[in-house]
Amino acid sequence: MKTLPASRQARSAWLFLAPAGGLIGLFFFLPVTAGLLLSLTDFDIYAIAAPATARFVGLRNYLATLSNPMFWTAVKNTLYFVVVGGPLSVAVSLGAALLLNAPRVRLRSLFRTVYFAPVATTLVAVAIVWRYLYHPRYGLLNHVLGWFGIEPIEWLSDPQWAMPAIILLAVWKNFGYNMLIFLAGLQSISPELYEAAAIDGAGAWRRFRHVTLPGLAPVFLFVGVTTMIGYFQLFAEPYVMTQGGPFGSTRSIVLLMYEEGFRWWRMGVASTIAVLLLLITLAGALIQIRLQRRA
Amino acid sequence: MQLRSPASASGIGSGTTRRTLANVLLHLVLILGAVITLTPLVWMISASFMPAGGANTIPPRFLPRDPTLAQYVILFTRLNLARHFLNSALVTVVATIVSVLVNAMAGYAFAKLRFPGRDRIFQRLALALVVPAQVGMLPLFLLLRQLGLVNTFAGVMIPYFASIYGIFLIRQYALGVPDELLDAARVDGAGEFRIFWMIVLPVIRPILVTLAAFTFLSAWNDFMWPLIILSDSAKYTLPVALANLSGEHVQDTELMMAGSVVTIVPALIVFLVFQRSFVRGIMAGSIKG
Repeated sequence: MKTLPASRQARSAWLFLAPAGGLIGLFFFLPVTAGLLLSLTDFDIYAIAAPATARFVGLRNYLATLSNPMFWTAVKNTLYFVVVGGPLSVAVSLGAALLLNAPRVRLRSLFRTVYFAPVATTLVAVAIVWRYLYHPRYGLLNHVLGWFGIEPIEWLSDPQWAMPAIILLAVWKNFGYNMLIFLAGLQSISPELYEAAAIDGAGAWRRFRHVTLPGLAPVFLFVGVTTMIGYFQLFAEPYVMTQGGPFGSTRSIVLLMYEEGFRWWRMGVASTIAVLLLLITLAGALIQIRLQRRA
Repeated sequence: MQLRSPASASGIGSGTTRRTLANVLLHLVLILGAVITLTPLVWMISASFMPAGGANTIPPRFLPRDPTLAQYVILFTRLNLARHFLNSALVTVVATIVSVLVNAMAGYAFAKLRFPGRDRIFQRLALALVVPAQVGMLPLFLLLRQLGLVNTFAGVMIPYFASIYGIFLIRQYALGVPDELLDAARVDGAGEFRIFWMIVLPVIRPILVTLAAFTFLSAWNDFMWPLIILSDSAKYTLPVALANLSGEHVQDTELMMAGSVVTIVPALIVFLVFQRSFVRGIMAGSIKG
């Protein structure tokens, strides 16, 4: 049998990889590496016209950023969004998946389609829609809350409520995605495990606790880490709904980076914020992997 | 597939009633969930057909009293939204076609062609999935500025052309292509590119559709990158134009709802048509984790 010499196959492999490799190298790896270097310079609006005028300043941007209260507010706001919004969103996804996976559900695929629909929508557009739903006087949400005797809430203009409002929108927008992943996970748990547990006299709660949850452990890790990475990148919701307000209560790390970099053109400082975001994200991912391994 | 609950074995009369009740309750919760999920979208569509001021009433009106296309007329005449629609369509379609080709080639090479360092390179790529795109955004902007691509559609599209996630998706699927099929073609003297084009692409077609649908949605819905790279408002894609409009027209609820409908509906149609592909893609993505 005539087989292709390995070297010829390798040569075609490189040709197949060249377009993707070139694009990813030039437009992803190179910029990410350059971002690390940029964070060590005083690159600003003058340097955009004449890049040679940017100077190396060592860790000055880092010291300045870490002593800037605005940065810490952004970190606090983002953590609020990640720590409250992330688990809430995962919980709603799991709940929806459990409901859909229950036996004897009618119109299962219709419900699945409906629950997933917000994922496909344009974030900017639904953020605008929700801005009106949150209107304190004319908004649907306060109207419905009024049925239960709840006083109108100034959702987006009260610093106490602005971030919860953004979290609610994010949960609505995103839960369908993880719901599908949980559904795949639930369907991979062997029915015999449930039958065995039922024979042992385990009730619904104990079956959930001792069969479903352990069976979903790898799914939880995947969903937890990917959701967290995504939630750390909060940007469009506050950009459209609150512009980071009121009183900076919804200014996220990425929004701060955008303002520094593309409104004030302090590219060095903005890159520093981006690198710190990367470090915070990595730390968060590692902590979560640790915690889940132990559980 | 249907799992019997243990209650069915124990009781007969009361057990059945309890099960029916639980079943009704389950469906009530599912319906409530569907209502909550759909309400913002249905209200958006409904308000877009209201005359100016029609949505600002107490109590809030859910359906338009006199449905009108006035908001859409304003959008497509005075505000020239058709231009932004075409901008978005152009960016999205080109990005999708290029992305499918580029990622299919790379994904196939990682799955089926032997070359030194293959698995090591692939694992390195996987690590990069953790890096937030924002870390590279500022230098990418400066790089594209040097290349004269700031404020161009090419500049908007470039980040979608190749994606590590896309390569993953294709590779996973292409691993299932039988080697015998490829070797038989090689014996017949077909070149590697011809094999890829004539044999591999048709076989992996389902995952190509998945990748195309994903790329379409992420390019169509993307906001931050086009916001950064486009400075000329005539070139804005729909989400950027919409965000811009919403600043000027804060009070015009009905107009903004019509703009949101125009932006969301193409995305929803693509989702509804390619639903199965989305489900497949998301589940494939989660398995590798």
